[in-house]
Amino acid sequence: MATAAPSDADRPHSGLPASPEAVVVRFAGDSGDGMQLTGGQFTLSTALAGNDLATFPDFPAEIRAPQGTLFGVSAFQINFGSREINTAGDAPDVLVAMNPAALKVNLAALKPGGLIIADTGAFTKRNLDKAHYDANPLEDGSLAKFDVLAFDISEKTIEAVKPFGLGNKDALRSKNMWTLGLALWMFDRPREPIHDWLKAKFKSKPDIADANIAALDAGHAYGETAELAGPLKQVHIDPTPSAPGLYRTVTGAEAVSLGLVAGAQLAELPMFFGGYPITPASAILHHLARLKEFGVTTFQAEDEIAAICAAIGASYAGQLGVTSSSGPGIALKTEAIGLGIMTELPLVIVNSQRGGPSTGLPTKTEQSDLYQAVYGRNGDAPMPVIAARSPSDAFEVAIEACRIATQYMTPVMLLTDGYIANAAEPWKVPNPADFEPFPAQFLTEPRGEELLPYKRDEKGARPWIKPGTPGMMHRIGGIEKHELTGNIDYSPDNHQRMTDLRKAKVDNIAVPDQDVCLGETSGKLAVVGWGSTYGPIHRAVDNCRAKGMDVSHIHVRHIWPMPSNLGDLLRGFDHVLVPEMNTGQFKTVLRDQFLVDARPLTKTSGQPFQIAELEREIGKFFDGVPGNEGGQVPANDQQLPSTEV
Amino acid sequence: MNAPAKIETTLKDWETDQEVRWCPGCGDYAILKAVQRTLPQLGADPANTVFISGIGCSSRFPYYIESYGFHTIHGRAPAFATGAKLANPDLDVWLVTGDGDGLSIGGNHLMHVLRRNVNMQIMLFNNEIYGLTKGQASPTSREGTKSPSTPIGSYDHPARPAAFALGSGARFIGRGFDVSKHLPDVLKAAHAHKGAAFIEIFQNCIVYNKDVFNDFAAPKGAEDRQLWLENGKPMLFAGDTKGIALNRETLSLEVVDVTDGDWQSAGVIVHDVTNRSVAHMLIEMPFGPFPMALGVLYDDPRPTFEDAVIEERKRASEGKEANLAKLLGKGQTWTVSGTAQDPI
Repeated sequence: MATAAPSDADRPHSGLPASPEAVVVRFAGDSGDGMQLTGGQFTLSTALAGNDLATFPDFPAEIRAPQGTLFGVSAFQINFGSREINTAGDAPDVLVAMNPAALKVNLAALKPGGLIIADTGAFTKRNLDKAHYDANPLEDGSLAKFDVLAFDISEKTIEAVKPFGLGNKDALRSKNMWTLGLALWMFDRPREPIHDWLKAKFKSKPDIADANIAALDAGHAYGETAELAGPLKQVHIDPTPSAPGLYRTVTGAEAVSLGLVAGAQLAELPMFFGGYPITPASAILHHLARLKEFGVTTFQAEDEIAAICAAIGASYAGQLGVTSSSGPGIALKTEAIGLGIMTELPLVIVNSQRGGPSTGLPTKTEQSDLYQAVYGRNGDAPMPVIAARSPSDAFEVAIEACRIATQYMTPVMLLTDGYIANAAEPWKVPNPADFEPFPAQFLTEPRGEELLPYKRDEKGARPWIKPGTPGMMHRIGGIEKHELTGNIDYSPDNHQRMTDLRKAKVDNIAVPDQDVCLGETSGKLAVVGWGSTYGPIHRAVDNCRAKGMDVSHIHVRHIWPMPSNLGDLLRGFDHVLVPEMNTGQFKTVLRDQFLVDARPLTKTSGQPFQIAELEREIGKFFDGVPGNEGGQVPANDQQLPSTEV
Repeated sequence: MNAPAKIETTLKDWETDQEVRWCPGCGDYAILKAVQRTLPQLGADPANTVFISGIGCSSRFPYYIESYGFHTIHGRAPAFATGAKLANPDLDVWLVTGDGDGLSIGGNHLMHVLRRNVNMQIMLFNNEIYGLTKGQASPTSREGTKSPSTPIGSYDHPARPAAFALGSGARFIGRGFDVSKHLPDVLKAAHAHKGAAFIEIFQNCIVYNKDVFNDFAAPKGAEDRQLWLENGKPMLFAGDTKGIALNRETLSLEVVDVTDGDWQSAGVIVHDVTNRSVAHMLIEMPFGPFPMALGVLYDDPRPTFEDAVIEERKRASEGKEANLAKLLGKGQTWTVSGTAQDPI
């Protein structure tokens, strides 16, 4: 188990077992040290070795922060194992620290007794000063409760790449590959995929490719030859049992992009994607820009507003309009979303949430745009909202967003977050033929004698009429319109009816019944999550159930409208706990919709939930359960709704 | 792209059944009629024509034209039009905006639609006031304009729509005014231009900024105050007794007298619509000492945005197969066989 149990503090330095179930490794260095690349390639080789895994890239918002500083530290954490992996791991077993700042920033997270691999070549007086160390922590005994493996990686790298005639500065760029080589040896991972990748990446600079390969091999060889009685041991992790099939790794941003392409194909529509650069959403624009052969037009607009307006313009002209952003950009798009709702045109809006408010934490994750998605518009402006729970889940959710948008003629908001967007996990490659197509229909002649652009079908959706269609000319716009003709109509009765119709259309969207993903369908405690908290909640509930606690995990994809059975489901539990990375937004929506006593468990540190902290909170509901002595149901004091009028 | 077949229509075919809601006497009525008169002359097809607007008095325009119409949100019409045009480049798009919509809240989008050169006609109705919100000063209001928001008179320097357009990279700049009989000719030239064609139309707001353009638009004395430009023709006005010449010492325009039609010896310039420098001088020519430059000031096409987008898509797709199953399984993959402990 990858959690930091309190008893770990007393654990003797035994190093990693030879064959652990799961291991958490964090690579940390300067933002110029190439840690994200190292982590990404280690992820790939781990996936190819057949382990389940989850990753957590954690990097600064600055592009190239001043070298050696604490705020310039970039880290990549991977949790991999022979059993199902749900999160990137609470606490690393192994910390690779490429400089003093990386050690300082990441040490607190390291599991007691964990292994530190440090590059002594970077622990210079200058770098120690920048990291505000008075003394070298590798030498002053302050790391006594950890295993420390410190040696001069810089020097060894320079030595390894010497034959290629690189200057010291260039040679040191291969430091990350040397380290990766050592990590590959340590966990018995193949080097060939990395060789191939380096050759492809430096196709036009074979010297650089060769130097990096030499560094990688040298790191690997170092492990082999220097295997001492010390902490450096080879660890073997068996492949994870998983369903047969073809696998690859996928990040959330990739999965969203692929899902949108699949969704457009299932709707039989070309896709128009309007975007504007913003972290962490830009990756979707970058992926789609390379998929033009799938009938995808990408448009980098002059601003967030133009990006969504162009997407609506494309939908108006008969394509599937899509736009994507993060919180601040979504705020700018809000007025246009209202127009999409008023003119009832299909549109998919992807929000890769990040810490807020305002510019907030551009590279850190949060789920704090839920109110914005569900409620954040002027007027009564109902809009479907769905949320992806993991990188691979984002594929299906994107298809679902395209289905709802085109079938119900409405904007749909798809919520992911910084964690999902950047994190990678193994993905069983789906077969597109397994998805039911939902071809979009265009009205090409009036259904009756008269052309009625706002006459609804049985689902409440108005017809989609493309400009260019002979004899179907009509005008639409943001002013309240007549319920059948769509002409301007301010009359009181009409506005009442149109408000009701717009609401009913969204309320009645067919949403699958809510299932319980772990545990019973009624009982003492339901832990209800949405979005990227899936992994930690799932593992924590699993662990608590193993300890005998009557707890279930419910994870909601359809945030708005909600599954119709959700209220009854929640009422079947004595307690409802809602962990989320905000101050309790989904909890409020659940209370409002179902009058249930949903309790918040909130975290807004920019970091995902840890399994241990969730277990601790769940445990409080189970006083007297063996293994949970001291646990108790919390007092009823947390912002509970009043039943008094 | 082939030019669409010309369709025979009459002015009546372009009228909708909607009640026109502008104030009686508003200049917009005249512009509406001019457009409805022009469309049949262009052989335009109502089914293929789209009017897209933002917010303001001018932006109600689409409701009154029997074609496709999209009344969008304040200032953003160029972005909607860009998306529609990229989705279907065959659509004949007319954009309707005003001085507030196009130059204040939507200045950014207007700039980018012009520099990208999306093929459409952009009509900016300039009445130098916010009409629909009851008369506040606009970005084109002259200094000292008294309005509810500037009770002692405005003090910000007005924007100049045509100069803004030229600076943004527009390749067609036309000018006209609401009741001018020449307006359809300017609209036709704009339509013939492939690319973003910008037309500034001075429009009389009868309620909040009445007759503000009368100094040059009033019929009486119009000849002396209006310079109607024609490509290849000398820049003459006032019954051909005056012309525009270039002062080579100051590199600026000047008004010269022309006697007995001998404009050559007076140094009058022949209008070349592709001359960007002269276009700039004509646009900046101050009214008063000079007549108001009207007609087609600049017309020098270059490749359009949508053609470039289509071309890029073609190039990027060359030799590639749109196979979704293959795309999903792209990159480094591994297979888990029936016995789960045995990855390949």
